[in-house]
Amino acid sequence: MKHTISIIVENRFGAFDRIATMFSGKGFNIQSISIGETEVKDLSRMTIVTSGDEVIIQQIIKQLNRLIDTIKVVDLTESDRTERELMLISLNYQKGSLEEIKNICDIFRGNIVDINNRSVMIEITGPPAKMDAAVNVFAQYGIKEVARSGTVALKRGEQIKLPVKNQV
Amino acid sequence: MKKSGSKLSGAAIFFESLKQENVEVIFGIPGGATIKIYEELYDIDFLTHILAKHEQGATHMAEGYARSTGKVGVALVTSGPGATNTVTGIANAYMDSSPIVVFTGQVPTALIGNDAFQEADIVGITRPITKHNFLVRDVKDLAETIKKAFFIASTGRPGPVVVDLPKDVIADTHTFDYSGKVEIRGYKPNYSGHKNQIKKAANAIQKAKRPLLYVGGGVIMSDAAKELTELARKNNIPVTMTLQGLGAFPGNDKLSLGMLGMHGMFWANMAVNNCDVLVALGARFDDRVTGDIDSFASKAYKIHVDIDPTAIEKNVLVDLPIVGDVKHIMSELSEEIKEVPDRTKWLKQIEGWRKQCPLTYKTDDGILRTAYVIEKISEKTKGNAVVISDVGQHQMWIAQFFKFTQPRTHLSSGGLGTMGFGLPAAIGVSMGIKDKPIISISGDGGFQMNIQELITAVAYKRPIKIFIINNSFLGMVRQWQELFHEEKYSFTDLSEANPDFVRVGKALGIPSYAASSMEEADKYIDKALEMTDGPVLVEFRVLKEDMVFPMVPSGASISDMMIKRHNPIRMV
Ligand SMILES: Cc1ncc(C[n+]2csc(CCOP(=O)(O)OP(=O)(O)O)c2C)c(N)n1
Repeated sequence: MKHTISIIVENRFGAFDRIATMFSGKGFNIQSISIGETEVKDLSRMTIVTSGDEVIIQQIIKQLNRLIDTIKVVDLTESDRTERELMLISLNYQKGSLEEIKNICDIFRGNIVDINNRSVMIEITGPPAKMDAAVNVFAQYGIKEVARSGTVALKRGEQIKLPVKNQV
Repeated sequence: MKKSGSKLSGAAIFFESLKQENVEVIFGIPGGATIKIYEELYDIDFLTHILAKHEQGATHMAEGYARSTGKVGVALVTSGPGATNTVTGIANAYMDSSPIVVFTGQVPTALIGNDAFQEADIVGITRPITKHNFLVRDVKDLAETIKKAFFIASTGRPGPVVVDLPKDVIADTHTFDYSGKVEIRGYKPNYSGHKNQIKKAANAIQKAKRPLLYVGGGVIMSDAAKELTELARKNNIPVTMTLQGLGAFPGNDKLSLGMLGMHGMFWANMAVNNCDVLVALGARFDDRVTGDIDSFASKAYKIHVDIDPTAIEKNVLVDLPIVGDVKHIMSELSEEIKEVPDRTKWLKQIEGWRKQCPLTYKTDDGILRTAYVIEKISEKTKGNAVVISDVGQHQMWIAQFFKFTQPRTHLSSGGLGTMGFGLPAAIGVSMGIKDKPIISISGDGGFQMNIQELITAVAYKRPIKIFIINNSFLGMVRQWQELFHEEKYSFTDLSEANPDFVRVGKALGIPSYAASSMEEADKYIDKALEMTDGPVLVEFRVLKEDMVFPMVPSGASISDMMIKRHNPIRMV
């Protein structure tokens, strides 16, 4: 089963590598990974989408907790959460197909962010499944390139508390 | 100490920090990247520096010192090849959870990543084999980082920590302050254990008709031998130990079943198979212990106590996990358990197994065997010695035939199984342990993997009994070849390739002897034990084709134990 794990980690040299090394060393898979700053200056949030049975997921969480640089590890899978992904997709278009592409783009609430006389770049955000659907539909026009951010997620309502003393 | 104003050089801060950590000995080899540290060391007298011959040796020495004393072991090496040479030693300490701190020199920060001369990304290389590691980028962080390194290495589940020291950081200056409390927000080991879980465990143990304590190295690391002995004796519970657990409980106690697992005692494995409550204490259900996981203690309610949450349910699903320090938890268990049911029937049953398949070896043919040598050393020292083994058949015979009675007296490379561990580890032990004979026992193969450290033993007059069990084979591999690989003795016969060990010893000025019979073995063990002034070497020329039994073939259920050569019998 797919699990979305949210990790608060020291924003420090090597911290990301430590987590990636742990995943590859233990043979755990990573479907997507994203990392970025948080509301606290020296902490990053990493969101990892992985899969495995209950025993493996428990091991992943324990192994993540065991790393010195991780502050907090939460499996969001069981909670009410919001998951988002950002995708940039670049397509070829022919005369006549641009209108169609624009319509589909609207259906996905995407934006055209770049265009020239042969190709168009679209930006779409939303739940990861929506990205898959968009890629599927746009495939007929000839996809040149896709860049996806990986999933970011937050628990809804009550949020994961960060250590107060570090708040800026 | 060289001062510039009130500031110290990084090198001086380095030693001031070690002083604060009460470091009395470091093991290392200098080089370009650490030359400033060694310049500082020239005038330092609060610690001893042992110059190793190879950085792998230095790391094993640090580990030997750490495991025998319970203190943190320290190694100091240069960048590049100096650092990469420590990798096996670090991995060994990681697998056996030994607290060591390895300081590696590094090229100046400005050159990092440039493939500079003698640059190696040791922090990257050692990431999966350290508990944690640091690259110090600024001298102002140096003291705090060292403090954190010692703290991380020695607390929770211990392990190796690498601190990488760029040359410019060492040369730079800063004020020295070691007063701060270590505060690492992502690292808070839990020692106490969940109260309710402990109650439940006490209840289960109290009710058990056929309980068994399965003890690992964690009990020794947390200095909990006393608590274990109390728990076992007060409640009449038999104790079986892993390779790393040997010494946690007196091997001559009637409740001791000795080692379990692949080369464990028949009765210990039978007890595992038949117990109704299994209490794993600071052990990790390693595959060399469990064999086929599904049939391991399949009838038992399993309780697992460990300080490392990741050790729990990594290999075996348990009924009752308790995360915490075994020392605390065992003493609470002892307090909680009020009544002791009659367990004579269970203990009798185990005695029956003991008689059914006793641990024996042949003596009537007059041929010298390893088991005899080990048994004699055990008798002659009354178990009052520190024994450091290498890896292979002799390692298993030591575990089977030496009666360990005290914690921290048996050192062995259990997790990584590193041939070449023994001799340098014994040198490390000799720097911390002064009141017991120190006995290094290696196979003829493994002995040659760090044979260069013989020179270190001589140079520092280390009072080590260097015993070589020479069967002219890479014995353990030969055993597998005979049993499972069609007797194709591919590259395991050393009879043409071995040096004359006595002449090697003599060339270095070590009193060296060879024993080929039981009488000679007796004589030279006695002689070696009498000598206290520097190293002594005895080569025991033992039966070449001897094999270690019992044996559970890799991956088989422990009930498929082979008891004798060509005569596997199935246990019931
Ligand atoms: C560094 C290293 N290389 C290879 C091995 C594989 N290995 C395990 S036991 C063994 C044979 C050991 O022979 P010896 O040191 O003579 O000891 P014996 O088994 O004969 O007691 C070998 C080669 C190992 N454990 N470690």
